[in-house]
Amino acid sequence: MKANVWYGRERLRVENVPDPKILNPRDAIVRITSTAICGSDLHIFDGYIPGMLPGDILGHEFMGEVVEVGPEVRNLKVGDRVVNPFPISCGACFFCQQSLYSLCENSNPNAWLAEKLWGHSPAGLFGYSHLLGGYAGGQAQYARIPFADVGPLKVPENLSDEQVLFLSDVFPTGYMAAEQCGIRQGDTVAVWGCGPVGLFAIKSARLLGAERVIAIDRFPARLRKASQWAEAETLNYAQVDVAEALEVMTGGRGPDACIDAVGMEGHAHGAFGGYDRLKQALMLESDRPPALRQALTTCRNGGTVSIPGVYGGFVDKIPFGAVVNKALTVRSGQTHVQRYLKPLLELIEKGSIDPSFVVTHRLRLEDAPRGYRMFRDKQDSCIKVVLKPWADVPTVEADEVTESGRILH
Amino acid sequence: MATNVTQQGLGRSPPRHSDFAGLEPGSAGGRHSPRRGLARLEGAESLERGLGWFSIGLGAAAVAAPRAVCWLSGLRSPSLMRLFGTREVAAGIGILMQRDRAPWLWSRVVGDTFDLAVLSVALARRGRRGRAAAALAAVAGVTALDVLAAVRLTGSRAGRTIPGVSGRADIYLERSIAVSKSPGECYRFWRSFENLPRFMQSLESVRQLDERRSRWVAKGPMAARLEWTSEITADRPGEELAWRTLDDSGAANAGSVKFEAAPAGRGTIVRVSLHYSPLGGTLGAGLVRLLGHDPQSRIREDLRRFKQVIETGEIATTRGQPTGRRSLFGRVTQQWGLTS
Repeated sequence: MKANVWYGRERLRVENVPDPKILNPRDAIVRITSTAICGSDLHIFDGYIPGMLPGDILGHEFMGEVVEVGPEVRNLKVGDRVVNPFPISCGACFFCQQSLYSLCENSNPNAWLAEKLWGHSPAGLFGYSHLLGGYAGGQAQYARIPFADVGPLKVPENLSDEQVLFLSDVFPTGYMAAEQCGIRQGDTVAVWGCGPVGLFAIKSARLLGAERVIAIDRFPARLRKASQWAEAETLNYAQVDVAEALEVMTGGRGPDACIDAVGMEGHAHGAFGGYDRLKQALMLESDRPPALRQALTTCRNGGTVSIPGVYGGFVDKIPFGAVVNKALTVRSGQTHVQRYLKPLLELIEKGSIDPSFVVTHRLRLEDAPRGYRMFRDKQDSCIKVVLKPWADVPTVEADEVTESGRILH
Repeated sequence: MATNVTQQGLGRSPPRHSDFAGLEPGSAGGRHSPRRGLARLEGAESLERGLGWFSIGLGAAAVAAPRAVCWLSGLRSPSLMRLFGTREVAAGIGILMQRDRAPWLWSRVVGDTFDLAVLSVALARRGRRGRAAAALAAVAGVTALDVLAAVRLTGSRAGRTIPGVSGRADIYLERSIAVSKSPGECYRFWRSFENLPRFMQSLESVRQLDERRSRWVAKGPMAARLEWTSEITADRPGEELAWRTLDDSGAANAGSVKFEAAPAGRGTIVRVSLHYSPLGGTLGAGLVRLLGHDPQSRIREDLRRFKQVIETGEIATTRGQPTGRRSLFGRVTQQWGLTS
């Protein structure tokens, strides 16, 4: 089969690899019909995620058709159309039993490695380094899904791939970020980063009853999406002082909740921005956290800072005094996707949300390396790239392209 | 053998296996075992600490006043002296602060050798010979102390010889894991010995001989095959299993697994303690450690696999999945370190 393979920093190749096989009784194999590039894949592309080995297959947002099931998988059959959550979870351990699926104790074969870095190991993830299991990812034509009786969700035929694909990661991730804010009537929520996760967090905050949502980014196209799609107020941090603007907008109190949907490769202007870039380049700091710093300092007293953005290792100059003295609640975690699949599918079916709005580009799997570059550099106002693993020729019809969408060949 | 008895066993004295001929768990074990700690406080430890402080003192002087130290030792280069000083301070801090001091003491020995070489060169040159000779003598004396301390510490790390079991080190380990199954279920799974090779990686087979005795076959280090007969010494259903080996087969061990009910229905804490002699003595243990398969993490991994099998019915793996082209490094890493 064809797969998008990582060979090093900014070195991806789409090449032929062996097809996946059933390795355990609870495995299933899916033929992938749609797969996407996640913002967190860009951290791997840029070489900031430790524990990658040349030859690893990338991708953790995918869906497709079941083509083979192991003897212990009884809830799926060949031909089922499923969307697959990015964490691999056994469904039986202490954490899975509490619906904390991304903390599954039984799915990371390299748990000892993660323990060295973080003290304890979270769940294994698809295509996200050997620290998190070294599982082959889903930017490929087929994928093996372990614990297939727990993860994949059958999706109705009347919904298109792009309407349900993002249940695999970015929609639940944005939703969990908003849910963790404990939004109450009248709340103002500020969201740093208007990539797909940020946009879903903004929309989810609205669905969960936030009075105002303030979107922060520096790309006009992304801010436009936020305001058009979720009626967010917008701040362009390249043009305004965000801290000051938030003060003015909230009567000097600060937002009730802040969401950092940026993560480890944040950008900042001025001295701190240069400081982080230098330290990261010298490997004195693994992650650059300007958005997190600002979220902590601008959040109101007693407020909540929710962090869906990915951090991998160590960050510097975190104003922890603000956490203590302002009695902040900090919440984070890899998304417990399995927990959200059914309720969010219902929202899609009811028409409360149409996740396909984030898609800006549809490419063939062969074009994945180009897709990564475009997404990272925000070329052509890129927000979300969907890859089609079985499209040999440009397949996507012109009338399927959304307003801002485009096909590149 | 750096065992984490204190970390896992919460500072308790290891239990005695009185039926394990001639072995006293507390007297050998890792260097963090409580008794070893007490014994080491006298004598040996004060020498190490003294060397640590000496290292910092001399290093600080060399960094702060390199010219003066140069003059005293008959050397010429203050910048080289600063480097010496930095090295000394680092070694001193290592000796005083690190749990495992032996490598830091050995680093001093290496440094001493280097210093002796530099001083010998200085001595061979003309001028300032008197001071260089005095410095050489002083460094030689310190070197002797460093070697003494390092050898002593390394010797005690490797473990002592057990009377009657010549040339082998004695090790006590304890590890535990929380499992979401009842103590009864965990006990029954473990008591069916044919299940053990499913989660104990080095085990090939276990065959029940009679009520109490069983025959074990394992792959040792360097592909050696080991067989031994084991006897159950305690069997309390739902609570504990204990065993010891009957023949001296190079795998002499005694141990127990306890199944403790976790509070509020949170399943079971499975606690394994093992008291044994590593295959092939200290050399064997060193090799095993080199390969990243030291007994401590082996038990940890085996317990993790026990948990996976009993909770999920399978062991998580990626072995056999597709990948792109692996480099040699990638293949070796995957073979030895990653992915079960």
